[in-house]
Amino acid sequence: MQAAGAGLAVAIPLRRVDAQPPGPQATQDRYEFFSAAEAAFIEAAVARLIPADELGPGAVEAGVPFFIDRQLAGAYGAGARLYRAGPWRQGTPSQGYQLPHTPAELFRAAIRAIEERLKEKSGFRNLSPHDQDGFLDALQNGKVDLGAAGTSEFFDVLLALTMEGYLSDPAYGGNRGMAAWRMIGFPGAYSNYYELVGRNAAFEAAPSSLAEGKHGHGR
Amino acid sequence: MATRLRETDAVLLGVGLVGSIVGLELVRAGLKIVGLERGEPRHTVPDFQGPHMHDELRYAVRKSLMMDTAKETFTFRNYAGQTALPLRRIEGFLPGTGLGGSAVHWNGQTWRFQDTDFRMRTLTEERYGKGFLPEEATVQDWGVTAADLEPHFDRFEHLFGICGKAGNLNGKKIAGGNVFEDPRSREYPNPPMKEPYGCTLFRKAASELGFHPFPSPSANMSRQYVNPEGLELNTCTFCGYCERFGCEHYAKASPQTTILPVLLKHERFELRTGCQVLRINTKGGVATGVTYADASGREFEQPARLVIVGLYALNNVRMLLLSRIGTPYDPRTGRGVVGKNYAYQTTSNVDVFFDESVHVNPFMRAGANGVVIADFVSDNFDHSKLGFAGGGYIGEVMSHGRPIEHQPAPPGTPKWGSGWKRALVKHYNHTVALNVHASSLAVRANHLDLDPTYRDAWGQPLLRITFEFPENDIRMSAYLTEQARRIGEAMGGRQVAASPRKRPYTTTRYQSTHNTGGAIMGADRATSVVNPWLQSWDVHNVFVIGASAFPQNASYNPTGPVGALAFRAAEAIVGRYLKKPGPLA
Repeated sequence: MQAAGAGLAVAIPLRRVDAQPPGPQATQDRYEFFSAAEAAFIEAAVARLIPADELGPGAVEAGVPFFIDRQLAGAYGAGARLYRAGPWRQGTPSQGYQLPHTPAELFRAAIRAIEERLKEKSGFRNLSPHDQDGFLDALQNGKVDLGAAGTSEFFDVLLALTMEGYLSDPAYGGNRGMAAWRMIGFPGAYSNYYELVGRNAAFEAAPSSLAEGKHGHGR
Repeated sequence: MATRLRETDAVLLGVGLVGSIVGLELVRAGLKIVGLERGEPRHTVPDFQGPHMHDELRYAVRKSLMMDTAKETFTFRNYAGQTALPLRRIEGFLPGTGLGGSAVHWNGQTWRFQDTDFRMRTLTEERYGKGFLPEEATVQDWGVTAADLEPHFDRFEHLFGICGKAGNLNGKKIAGGNVFEDPRSREYPNPPMKEPYGCTLFRKAASELGFHPFPSPSANMSRQYVNPEGLELNTCTFCGYCERFGCEHYAKASPQTTILPVLLKHERFELRTGCQVLRINTKGGVATGVTYADASGREFEQPARLVIVGLYALNNVRMLLLSRIGTPYDPRTGRGVVGKNYAYQTTSNVDVFFDESVHVNPFMRAGANGVVIADFVSDNFDHSKLGFAGGGYIGEVMSHGRPIEHQPAPPGTPKWGSGWKRALVKHYNHTVALNVHASSLAVRANHLDLDPTYRDAWGQPLLRITFEFPENDIRMSAYLTEQARRIGEAMGGRQVAASPRKRPYTTTRYQSTHNTGGAIMGADRATSVVNPWLQSWDVHNVFVIGASAFPQNASYNPTGPVGALAFRAAEAIVGRYLKKPGPLA
């Protein structure tokens, strides 16, 4: 394989200019899972869960809505690693998630229920930031009955995915520019800090991402 | 109809820590072995390599190396009056799957339990009187002593290259080591790891309060090491991706780095992965082999003359129940043994919040490096006026700073919004987390049995966990966490927040993977499942090895004792059982 490839590289240029036709470059900013209405809810909600401020970007600026979209469109959204045999019963808080929905199904059902409930106020995104926070607070505390989508289960998953998108490797579509890591001082995918262990000193080097395709090393 | 295969001398159920250790001893004794592993074959190269291994979302949050809970899980309830429900995702503990088992994704904390643990019933009653343990306690002696296990601990520590400092060499106490440990015959094979700054702060404060801090024994290497099998491990780089990950550097001891390269190339060993063992078959009180389903779902019968059960502790118990080996425990009558004395680990923590002059750098850590005190471990302190039995170690053993999981914040901090964000920025790199890692008393109500309703992907009943923290352990946690808070205050932080363990036990957040008991060892067949050589009292050619054998859980992490018990069982099989198959006790 290697020998053949090397021979090929000699015979023709590795990158032919006409090999990549002009057109859409990345799918990063295109929703695969969310409808336009669902995306509007998610963008508005995550902007309140992690707002932009003087400390750093918010969830929207970090690309969290696209992270969530990609998670829900993929194996996680389809219920990978989720035990899905009935019977379905409501459990105690100690027993964890007990709804039949996959994450994708839960988001679809919950957002529909929320927007239906807020129809007269033109939907979640048109509430004032103060009222949005109040609604999210009520969701978190199980004070909003979402019917088939349960009560606080959706908020728990939404908050978890928001944190994941904000703080995971940018390879997954969130934490753009590693801005959240820079904000808190987490260096990312470095592999060696041996020489620095034991010192009371800030780590100053730029963070490193899997998306950069290199293996970082501590100084 | 299962296809019947050619008989083998011994079959391993699970090729993790136990299967690897026992398997190698048995092939060397001349046996032909088949190792059945439900998960994937996996190796340091290429499966654990960087940079992809440094992915918190994939491995730590989505748990790529763990048991696939879509196929099999456990059901759980706090007490017998509740309906147990399936853990649809497992968050509270982390059973591994695949070659090497949970010893691939572990942190590497490697301890010896104390004689006061192995003889807890006897020694507690001797010191404090017969009425001291609560009435509900089903605490039992193990049927072995620390002296019995010393050679096995020693062997395991050298196989795994444990890094530490002895505190009791043949009875001579050594300052700077764990002066509370029972006598060890020789020093650890490797010196302690480098000491992170937070550990230095802990060491200083604990010393000032009169305690005896020492480096936590670690299976993350402090230097290059060639183990007795001739396998070389590398110096740990403190990358911060240890527990929940495979080690890319050959720096964490695991079956892959310390045993499997030798076992897998042995001519008498055959590994079969993707094989789900459904039951151990018995006839006339003797095991005839196992029935398993391969990855395509086809069933096979693998006849074998010796059956080694080395699954995750909970699954060892489930395998016995599914195979109808031993009498199931009934918590109402106290009769029966399989599923009895299920225990856990009573963990709690104290956060010490510093100002910006202290750079904790939690991401520059290894799984098991830290500084701890054993002053409150087991019966190392006077319990007579405390109203509880048991204890735990307190220490600074921060293993990582991965930010989805590690978000230290003072009590009252909002879970989201600008208040959450401000706290994360302020405290992320300036907080030292102290761990309290404490024992778990066995009580009558906590137990394991087969769930009456929920089944796995092969149609077999799931294991049902019934557990609540006993009153004894709630009191213990309050006392120990208060000692940790005192140390935290002495460390000079701006704020100290203590979180002792409270009821109810909940499975929705990680606490510990240390599920123990259910197939306990003991000297009396009426009150235990296996004898002091881990041999089933009921079926003499079945050995059940793992933390399932612990009659109650002790202060320290369980992997050291699991390794020691595996060597003990292997030596008994090779030295005695093979010469004269039959009950060893």
